[in-house]
Amino acid sequence: MAKRIDVSDLNVYYGDFKAVEDVTMTIEPRSVTAFIGSSGCGKSTFLRTLNRMHEVTPGARVQGKVMLDNLDVYDPSVDPVAVRREIGMVFQRANPFPTMSIYDNVIAGAKLNNQRMSKRRADEIVERSLRDANLWEEVKDRLHKPGAGLSGGQQQRLCIARATAVEPAVLLMDEPCSALDPISTLAIEDLIAKLKENYTIVIVTHNMQQAARVSDRTAFFNLAGTGQPGRLIEMGDTNKIFTKPDQKETENYITGRFG
Amino acid sequence: MTTTDSSTTAEVPKGRRRLGDIAFANTARGAGLLILAILAGVAIFLVVQSLSSLTANEANFFTSTEWSPESGPGDAVRFGVASLAFGTVLAAAIALVLATPVAIGIALFIVYYAPRRLAALLGYLVDLLAAIPSVVYGLWGLVYLVDQLQPIYRFLAAYLGWIPLFAGPVSTTGRTMLSAGIVLAVMILPIITAMSRDVFAQVPQAHREAALALGATRWEMIRTAVLPFGRPGVIGGAMLGMGRALGETMAVAMILSPSIAISFNLLQSGNQTIAAHIALQYPEATGTGVSALIAIGLVLFAITLVVNMAARFVVSRRKEFTE
Amino acid sequence: MTTTTQRTASGSSGEGPRTENQGFYTRQLPKYFPAALLAICAVVVSAVFALLGAFHPVPVAVVAALLYLVAITVSSAVIENSRRAKDRLVTGIVYCCFAIAVVPLVSLLSTVVVYGLERFNLYFLSVSMNGVIPSMDAGGVYHAIVGTLVITGLATLISVPIGLMTAIYVVEYGRGRLKQAITFFVDVMTGIPSIVAGLFVVALWMMVFGPGQTNGLAGAVALSVLMIPVVVRSSEEMLRLVPNELREASYALGVPKWLTIVKVVLPTAVAGLTTGIILALARVIGETAPLILTAGMASTRIQANPLDGDMMTLPVFIYQQVGNLGLSAEAGAYAEERAWAAALTLILVVMLLFLTARLVSRFFSPNSRG
Repeated sequence: MAKRIDVSDLNVYYGDFKAVEDVTMTIEPRSVTAFIGSSGCGKSTFLRTLNRMHEVTPGARVQGKVMLDNLDVYDPSVDPVAVRREIGMVFQRANPFPTMSIYDNVIAGAKLNNQRMSKRRADEIVERSLRDANLWEEVKDRLHKPGAGLSGGQQQRLCIARATAVEPAVLLMDEPCSALDPISTLAIEDLIAKLKENYTIVIVTHNMQQAARVSDRTAFFNLAGTGQPGRLIEMGDTNKIFTKPDQKETENYITGRFG
Repeated sequence: MTTTDSSTTAEVPKGRRRLGDIAFANTARGAGLLILAILAGVAIFLVVQSLSSLTANEANFFTSTEWSPESGPGDAVRFGVASLAFGTVLAAAIALVLATPVAIGIALFIVYYAPRRLAALLGYLVDLLAAIPSVVYGLWGLVYLVDQLQPIYRFLAAYLGWIPLFAGPVSTTGRTMLSAGIVLAVMILPIITAMSRDVFAQVPQAHREAALALGATRWEMIRTAVLPFGRPGVIGGAMLGMGRALGETMAVAMILSPSIAISFNLLQSGNQTIAAHIALQYPEATGTGVSALIAIGLVLFAITLVVNMAARFVVSRRKEFTE
Repeated sequence: MTTTTQRTASGSSGEGPRTENQGFYTRQLPKYFPAALLAICAVVVSAVFALLGAFHPVPVAVVAALLYLVAITVSSAVIENSRRAKDRLVTGIVYCCFAIAVVPLVSLLSTVVVYGLERFNLYFLSVSMNGVIPSMDAGGVYHAIVGTLVITGLATLISVPIGLMTAIYVVEYGRGRLKQAITFFVDVMTGIPSIVAGLFVVALWMMVFGPGQTNGLAGAVALSVLMIPVVVRSSEEMLRLVPNELREASYALGVPKWLTIVKVVLPTAVAGLTTGIILALARVIGETAPLILTAGMASTRIQANPLDGDMMTLPVFIYQQVGNLGLSAEAGAYAEERAWAAALTLILVVMLLFLTARLVSRFFSPNSRG
């Protein structure tokens, strides 16, 4: 299931403004890759280019190449909608569909695409996805209640279940814990550790301890200066990045000495 | 390795934009274009249908105060919009003068004076005022209000008769320009109030607290912080209200005595507005008569368009300013 | 040295903290003072008017209010200071403005209810004016209710798809010039006087069907011209309220844009959209002028076919009956009663729509479900 992502010479623009410059990296399958860096350094923007979500923002465009195994994601004949089915995404703020029940939220990917499936198949997918998301025990008795009634942490796990229900190869997470309390954060981190057995996971986080705890590899992004595009400074095994990074900039950031 | 590769390519269907997306986006754009077409249609059809009377007209359309748009034996087609345009603007002006100060007062009351729960109820009441159909205002004005206003008119004529606007003798029916203006004022009150209320509520807390922190009374706070900030919104609201008053038909048609002239006297009958004239004349009009009514309708359209555009301009300037 | 003697109107200053903090103890009118003063003014003015034998509520209220404004300003200026006096004067004026707004509303609603109830009954609602001559104590609004339902129903059927799709275009797809043009011209359309909308359809019908063609469909088209911009505006507002996060969540699941709009955006906004449409309907249901021009005034019979000649509606019915006021005393009286009863019916319909809109927005918005 899990696939490798190869990015080469990627530039991201908003209109005339270059937001991210010259990123080349490889994201390994069945591992967790963390993006760290200060606010506004382009790590979220870059994450969104991996499944072509940036296209939703008017004026955003991309130069360079993103390969999902051997599929060129930016090939003109590739349908971005199909790319997003392969590369799922979890957002900063939990966003369950307010008009749907918990059950419907989980199979939303299929439901919204008008895919027909038998009741039994749907039940299976819902149970499997919710179990994967460590949410099944908590919600199995109220599957047909609205998803908005859950706590913040449960909602975020529901969103993860929704993303995994369409069986993507890659799961992108954009600061999934930034709006959650420590206990819910811990639950999500456990979940990430479990999910990496089957998925390629990329997580953007502001929390360096979190990056150190959950990720196998870490990429550090930084701005060259105000108004300058963000760049990938260094990428490597998490252990190495957090103990003896190659770049001075990375070390400053990790140890809390900025700029 | 090769097998997984081929399955990968199969899983992600390459291809064109989806049919559903194209169809839906084009339907949406089509609806937008249709609106433009309708509006163009309004302008074009009105112009085309007004031509037959305008070419037959022997009087000057813009300056004449006559109204005999249908040719009969020995009768020439002679009509003009002057007196009707005058009446339209006069009625709207009366409404505006009466309604604006009261609307500002109500808006201030709702935002800064009334207790919160009462304020919500009041906002609802004002909306209710806006929801009452104009024909009901007309009925109320004609059958009930004009009789109640008669003593006031006699008072005005007796004590303020030296002002030409209030010169006597007072119309015995009460179906005068002032009555129409008063009813119009009630009708546009909610529009101006709603707009003023919105801008007053948007005055930044920091401005208000700055004034209060300097020891200002509530009125001084309103005068120094609220009114200057809200002025463009109030002006915009007043102009939108005026646009409504210019185009209002039924209340005026029912209250004003049918006649057509230019008169500054508000306590006698004489004036008529474009919209009311159309509604009153249309049922009996034929041929160039209908065409002439369409021609004056076009004039009304142009006047309201100018006023509404100006109002939007004032309001949008304010938006740019605050953002 | 008592600390309880704060904020009294007495000006005598004590010793200790009071002298120290002199500036804080301004002389102030007690809280109940304005209300008491108003009551006194009202009583005095009514008494004077009654003694002069000219008691009438309206002049009494006006004079009492003016007297109050003068009295409160003077007493505040004397006891407090001129700045407070001005503040109290403005407070008084603002309250008066509010009273001025309530007067016509109460007057209008009470007259409509009182006069309307004389003839408002099941008979009135269930018969038409077919064969009723003006001097007959008979007839009702059934045909006008049918006409109103058919015409506004058709207008809704025309306006909602066009208005909603336009709003979707502007919010979800629109870019650049075309979007600006549409937004601008929807604004223009909002300002079209209703009688001009009627004339438009008259002109259109003349070109297509020849002169003198009035029917329900023409009325519905005229009302649509008025309703479409209102639907566009309110729908736009509601679609903008749908959080972008939901659209992104849907895109991230590999759902195409149009399905995202149809299955995520619209269901999330459905309560607001419905409310907006009902309120738009409430606005056009009372329109009279365009219907006089397009659907005619002559119909007295029950008919539901919008292509078959004149069609009566509730607002036009009121206008038609007002036109009969000048007939014989008897016929005029019946016409007036019918007009009031029809006005009551129309207001009830509008209120019902308002209430429905309120209930829809309260009970069907996604956050309050379950």
